Amino acid sequence: MSYRVKRSEFDDILSKLQEDYKIYAPTRKKDKGTFSDTDLVLYDRVSSLEEIDFNSKTKYSPKEVVFPITQTLFYFNGDEYIEAEDKGEKVLVFLRPCEVNAFKRLDKIFLENGPQEDIYYKRLREKVKFVVMECTEGFDSCFCVSMGTNETEDYSIFIKVSDEEVFCEIKDEKLTEVFADQESTDYTPEFIQENKQQVEVPALEDITTDLFDSEIWKEYSKRCIGCGRCNTVCPTCSCWTMQDISYQDNENIGERRRVWAGCHIDGYTEMAGGHDFRTTYGDRMRFKTLHKIYDFRKRFDIDMCVGCGRCEDVCPQYISFVGAIKKLNQAIKEEKNNG
Amino acid sequence: MVKNPYIPTAVEIISIRPESEVDYTYRLAIDLDVDNGQFVEVSIPKVGECPISVSDFGNDYIDLTIRHVGKVTNQIANLEVGDKLGIRGPYGNGFPIEEYQGKDLVIAAGGTGLAPVKSIINHFYRNPEEINSLTLLLGFRNPANILFADEIAKWEEADHIDVILTVDEGDEEWAGNVGLVTGFVEQINFTDLANKEVVIVGPPIMMKFTSLEFMKHDIKEEQIWVSFERKMSCGIGKCGHCKMDDTYICVEGPVFNYTKAKNLVD
Ligand SMILES: Cc1cc2nc3c(=O)[nH]c(=O)nc-3n(C[C@H](O)[C@H](O)[C@H](O)COP(=O)(O)OP(=O)(O)OC[C@H]3O[C@@H](n4cnc5c(N)ncnc54)[C@H](O)[C@@H]3O)c2cc1C
Ligand code: SF4
Ligand code: SF4
Ligand code: FES
Repeated sequence: MSYRVKRSEFDDILSKLQEDYKIYAPTRKKDKGTFSDTDLVLYDRVSSLEEIDFNSKTKYSPKEVVFPITQTLFYFNGDEYIEAEDKGEKVLVFLRPCEVNAFKRLDKIFLENGPQEDIYYKRLREKVKFVVMECTEGFDSCFCVSMGTNETEDYSIFIKVSDEEVFCEIKDEKLTEVFADQESTDYTPEFIQENKQQVEVPALEDITTDLFDSEIWKEYSKRCIGCGRCNTVCPTCSCWTMQDISYQDNENIGERRRVWAGCHIDGYTEMAGGHDFRTTYGDRMRFKTLHKIYDFRKRFDIDMCVGCGRCEDVCPQYISFVGAIKKLNQAIKEEKNNG
Repeated sequence: MVKNPYIPTAVEIISIRPESEVDYTYRLAIDLDVDNGQFVEVSIPKVGECPISVSDFGNDYIDLTIRHVGKVTNQIANLEVGDKLGIRGPYGNGFPIEEYQGKDLVIAAGGTGLAPVKSIINHFYRNPEEINSLTLLLGFRNPANILFADEIAKWEEADHIDVILTVDEGDEEWAGNVGLVTGFVEQINFTDLANKEVVIVGPPIMMKFTSLEFMKHDIKEEQIWVSFERKMSCGIGKCGHCKMDDTYICVEGPVFNYTKAKNLVD
């Protein structure tokens, strides 16, 4: 069912939704960007239409909603372990189709990989509903169409804003009541069909271990500085490290948390006794690239990368992920010609 | 309610045995269903966790042989009998010992690599009828680093077990073999090749070159089994640290047949 809502009435809808949900959306923070006079677009809680920035890509993805930067797993009290409580808040998150698809990737790791579900992820994930913002133009670095992540059917609300009105398709019956007084319309969601950037993802059978030693990765050893920003902004990077802390005022008590980790950052593979793997940044670029567009697909039948372009947007060394895939394609071609 | 996979169980230490200056075997009072070669995550509250192989187990205990090398393991060094350790697991796949039944099994272990295979050795030590022969090729850095010396002596006594023990560097009192494990592979009886299974566990370099050495003696890749160590934060396929290509060492490993292991790239 679709509705058209006057902009002036949309805040009423948001406040009704807020009775049950915390609402997160892209918001613009004035002058907080990397360069002076630039703004930073970040996810934050919102309560009015005015606060939501529909026209910019957020620097960080919405994954924090289900996978916080640091998350307490449990508390220590002497020899006792006390599970961190589930705050139980329901969440509505405004996001783009590629980002809904990114949640599907996180689901694979946290809910399907290994012998057990990750209960901390699950209990947050179960409370999230998606409000997909129509995105038919994309941004310069996007390549979602190439990754097949430009469309999604999984949403509670699909939304398109114009100067006067807000068009909403409601799929979730629990939310229709809020829209009951609004005029119905025949709005149907649209999805982007062509990005400025395009890339062909190599076929599984074209990736051989010979490519692991390819010269293409060596260039990244000189360029990448291992800052890990590409990992932090990526909506599908799901790695984390366990971290314990004790409280200063009572050293009997403390907690175990998990914190985000990144495969580009020093120490990611380091073991006791100084054993360390992938010591060059080129090896890490190879590891990340193949994880995003090859080995995840081998395991789960879908690529991990959703083509959001964030890693390219933040890289201080201007390393383009599309560029890396293209180089890989070139190397595959050469390998075939030689072989 | 689903059990929280991250919350350890506090388990009492019932004995502590020094194996070398830095390696100690902790016997913990816990009834755990373990396969040979699996590992557990060991916790010290407010310090951290680390993966440790189960070096032996019985109905109401598991043994962990721990080298004191860092943050968590150095805290474990301060514990005494009666204290508690946090345990979760067991994790990983373990060795397929049913495939070794009736075979001529060779186990080559370097240093702490002996810990994850010790329970297999003891299994076949106690059940000689299950195996045709067992050859152990055990290498340590120096005589002071030899682990499980009493048990090695016990294995040497057994009729169905051959033991080749070597150290990289001897000392004045050492009268035994000196040299790397790879150099002693040729002393193994390579007659009934088809009936052999070879388990190789140790540092990455040792596993690589020892495997190649066995293959020089016409042992097939399918007959070789290795166990990997990687950084691990979760043990259950969620944290990503242990991944090599599309393989999660904590879930599909740590034990791999060589046919698979040779293709894993960090
Ligand atoms: C499958 C497996 C089986 C193992 N079995 C044994 C065994 O039987 N006996 C034994 O002595 N050691 C074993 N290890 C190695 C043991 O896990 C490390 O020595 C231990 O993690 C060191 O922790 P630490 O905090 O004392 O050292 P530190 O160097 O201070 O470690 C700092 C942090 O790095 C991380 N870390 C360091 N090394 C490792 C590692 N190898 N794996 C995961 N995280 C690491 C830990 O999270 C730790 O908090 C095994 C490792 C693996 C992966
Ligand atoms: S953001 Fe760029 S420089 Fe930083 S780790 Fe990633 S690829 Fe390397
Ligand atoms: S484009 Fe970069 S940041 Fe976006 S999903 Fe792919 S790897 Fe991650
Ligand atoms: S140890 Fe976390 S994924 Fe393997």
